[in-house]
Amino acid sequence: MDLLYKIFVDPFVQMGAAPDLLVQTVWEGLVAGVLYSLIALGFVLIFTASGVFNFALGIMVVFAALTLVGLTEKGVPAYLALALTVGVMFVLAVAIERAVLRPLVNQPDIILFMATFGLTYFLIGLGEMIFGGSPKQMITDQLGLPRGAVDIPMLGGMVSLQKIDIAAAVIASLAVASLALFFQKTRIGRALRAVADSHKAALSVGISLNQIWIVVWFTAGIVALVTGIMWGARSEVSFALEIIALKALPVLILGGFTSVPGAIVGGLIIGIGEKLGEFYWGPLVGGGIESWLAYFIALGFLLVRPEGLFGDKLIERI
Amino acid sequence: MRAPDGPLIVKGDVILAAENVSLGFGGVKALTDVSFDIQKGEIRAIIGPNGAGKTSMLNCINGFYHPTEGSITFKGQRRPRMRPSEAARGGIARTFQNVALFKGMTTLDNLMAGRSLKMSRGFVWQALRFGPAMREEVEHRKAVEEIIDFLEIQAIRRTPVGKLPYGLQKRVELGRALAMEPEVLLLDEPMAGMNLEEKEDMCRFILDVNQQFGTTIALIEHDMGVVMDLSDRVVVLEYGRKIADGTPAEVKRDERVIAAYLGQAHA
Repeated sequence: MDLLYKIFVDPFVQMGAAPDLLVQTVWEGLVAGVLYSLIALGFVLIFTASGVFNFALGIMVVFAALTLVGLTEKGVPAYLALALTVGVMFVLAVAIERAVLRPLVNQPDIILFMATFGLTYFLIGLGEMIFGGSPKQMITDQLGLPRGAVDIPMLGGMVSLQKIDIAAAVIASLAVASLALFFQKTRIGRALRAVADSHKAALSVGISLNQIWIVVWFTAGIVALVTGIMWGARSEVSFALEIIALKALPVLILGGFTSVPGAIVGGLIIGIGEKLGEFYWGPLVGGGIESWLAYFIALGFLLVRPEGLFGDKLIERI
Repeated sequence: MRAPDGPLIVKGDVILAAENVSLGFGGVKALTDVSFDIQKGEIRAIIGPNGAGKTSMLNCINGFYHPTEGSITFKGQRRPRMRPSEAARGGIARTFQNVALFKGMTTLDNLMAGRSLKMSRGFVWQALRFGPAMREEVEHRKAVEEIIDFLEIQAIRRTPVGKLPYGLQKRVELGRALAMEPEVLLLDEPMAGMNLEEKEDMCRFILDVNQQFGTTIALIEHDMGVVMDLSDRVVVLEYGRKIADGTPAEVKRDERVIAAYLGQAHA
């Protein structure tokens, strides 16, 4: 009984007792969640267009952030470095299309998936060779991102919002919104969904696969860059950032691999769930549950809705 | 309809010609030395027993395959290697033997995707649904609605096509090809798997497309009755070679054709 009380009642009593702490926790979860949504959209983008789970997206985040910081260290002004990094991501997209996707066209999905592993290790090697393996500081100030915190008195307590978190939430939300628009409302978005459904038919109406792939990987590169900047500013820029890609996996399971709204909602659920779980239920097992709770939530969802919250339910005639 | 690029081709002129086309996959020869032409405004049937190379021929015409030997001349331009997107841009549209639609998308979106080559406004404008992009979207939507009316598929406008019965899917696929406003329309077994009523509808659409829009049509079909009724000229393939070419009446009398379809009498 005591254990059940601690699991099912006590946390909610605590939430009620200190609502300001609850708001603080939800806020932190929200910020992480928006960033998860963003990175998950990067996956959805590539998955819908080429049916590949792009394992390399995590390292693309690191690579983009490292390029940006590395260039500024070489004395390039911050905004010029940002523009150059966008250029680098474009070159990377073209290179991936030429060297990886085009030769592997019509191969089974698992081959392409393995190719993204190869790409991951290639980018790790390239990144270390050019920028070294030591962690770097994100150029927060040069990019004009705010520092410090705002304290808001609320609900009889104090909620402290890091300014960088506010910026991250705003920028990531904007990026998520524009990606969603791009997907649903533009000709390229329609072409992208068309390619996802049938390569053959897409080719027959004159959609160029090569072009679509470049667009998709470049967009994923931009997503990686934005994520890298925001995530890097909240901690530091190192190869450990790559792990964010693995955080997107439960988001995708939750939201469905093909759904834009799914990635958004999934990211928020995982982000907020993680923080609430850590804060209110973590102490029961001595803390540290944040790192696996996301997978636990995703697993629970898989049992109930294998296709995800918004994923396509596949019905096949046999 | 858009003015054609290149030389002006009037009804009766050769719009597309295959010259000595051979196609091999490793040791297998799918096509051997096939030559024929398609005239502007006609309905040209390609027939032959299973495995005769009919679909391979269509695939060569729209650029999915590149002939190992020989070439295809389209609107006066000889192209040994034409990519599918170039063929589409040049005005060649097609349907597939086993329907290839964008199953997750609605009928409307499928047809709009058929117009992707015709839409030119930048995607920023499109995303904002503003100014010229909005006008463009409206204009294309109008063209697509005309096709929807023409094919009598108003009721399924917003249905994801994966949910439609097979006969309707084939009709949507035809609609998507028509949305490209093609000059040459390639139909790969447009009536396969249809019941009599659906076949009659499809025949009517094909004839209407040909007569109302003046679209040149090349079609593969197994139903001999349909072929003889619809087509102006017929080319017959067997084992990757051309064995006959002419009007339906001529082809029907050809001994090699009769042998290919009914089996050779071994004397």
